[in-house]
Amino acid sequence: MTALAALVRRDVSVALRVGGGALIGVLFFLTVVVLMPFAVGPDLALLKKLGPAILWIGALLASLLTLDRLFTADHDDGSLDLIVMSRTPLELACAAKALAHWLAAGLPLVAATPVLGLLLNLDAAATGAVALTLLAGTPALTFTGMIGAAIAVVLRRGGLLLSVLVLPLSIPVLIFGVAASNAALSGPSPFGTPFSILCALSLASLVIGPFAAAASLRHGLD
Amino acid sequence: MTLIDLANPSRFLALAGRILPWLVAVTVLVLAIGLYQSATAPDDYQQGATVKIMFIHVPNAWLSMFVWGVMSIAALGTLVWRHPLADVAAKTAVPIGAAFTFLALLTGSLWGRPMWGTYWEWDARLTSVLILFLMYLGLMALWRAVEDPSRAARAAAVLTLVGSINIPIIKFSVDWWNTLHQPASVIRMGGSTLDRAFLIPLLVMAIGFTLLFLTLHIAAMRNEILRRRVRTLQMLQASKSAA
Repeated sequence: MTALAALVRRDVSVALRVGGGALIGVLFFLTVVVLMPFAVGPDLALLKKLGPAILWIGALLASLLTLDRLFTADHDDGSLDLIVMSRTPLELACAAKALAHWLAAGLPLVAATPVLGLLLNLDAAATGAVALTLLAGTPALTFTGMIGAAIAVVLRRGGLLLSVLVLPLSIPVLIFGVAASNAALSGPSPFGTPFSILCALSLASLVIGPFAAAASLRHGLD
Repeated sequence: MTLIDLANPSRFLALAGRILPWLVAVTVLVLAIGLYQSATAPDDYQQGATVKIMFIHVPNAWLSMFVWGVMSIAALGTLVWRHPLADVAAKTAVPIGAAFTFLALLTGSLWGRPMWGTYWEWDARLTSVLILFLMYLGLMALWRAVEDPSRAARAAAVLTLVGSINIPIIKFSVDWWNTLHQPASVIRMGGSTLDRAFLIPLLVMAIGFTLLFLTLHIAAMRNEILRRRVRTLQMLQASKSAA
């Protein structure tokens, strides 16, 4: 347990320090959201309607951007080999690394959502709903994305491949995240149904992700 | 690649060489019967002659899922039993499965235009099959990204097993979400709702397409083994001339 806690603490502090790149994700998120009004026009009513979708796409792309870092830095400096060889089960180590990644890169996205919601003319209730769905859904993005990151780390220059492999897996999360936000914003359908499916997706990825990532690390690294 | 990898595949090559001609003959025969039956099947009272697209569309759609199932079993063979032929089977099934999935999407869209009035609809079944197609393409990219085939096999095996979650979603998408695509009518609780005049040609075509997949797959596996053998021989030659 202490080893895992140490791993989480180390990963979070490395990600937040200079060169760690965790907060670049938030900056990227801001940039994507700012780009949208240039693409669809500064019509506030339209932006309000598209708001949840824009925020979700932005968060998805931002978390994809930082996923590359999940294993590559450790692979480059050799500490990944130590983690694989240590007595701590690799599945738990992968889960700890993903948790640290989510704390450093996913949670800031959720925290940034209320500010970005203002730019998209979302009212307080809608912003809260989007932030809540992102809070429930970003762990799923991290934990399924970790599978792709583990596969890509054993390849040279796997970064581009990572997005191709991970994006299809993240489509269900996107669908139910946006469905729940839209239900809270306007829809006649209740917020609870898609939101509980979103939570279920997060919980399922919490189970599947570490095992698949550990398997591919174990088989991929020589 | 070591010499031990060549030991077992040799027996596979011998076996494949013996059964392939027969398999090709049976495939052609069954497909010919199926196509004849499909062509002479009666027109549907609502859909007219366009119902015949079904005889191509449905087998392709079945095969798109069946091939992923074969790949998942091969992935288990790679990860659990380390069987050298499992790598070959998994790798060669990917492009064939991608082709079946593409044909299912294409024929479905050609069928959808006269029936639903649109080539494409963001309906649950269509979307999940499109995702399946994207995953096939991603797997093809993954296989091409790694030089060492056994390393590529293990990475692809993990992704195949994770992606197999999509298969039950595709199968039950028409029951879970009430959308444009028609619900299951052939394999369902309480028997098929399809008339025998349509059901029999459809089943013959499905068997024919499955045989077609088997033929293509075994032939592709044979080619892949020979390709790896040539590569090994070239590397041996190169190391010999270097020494």
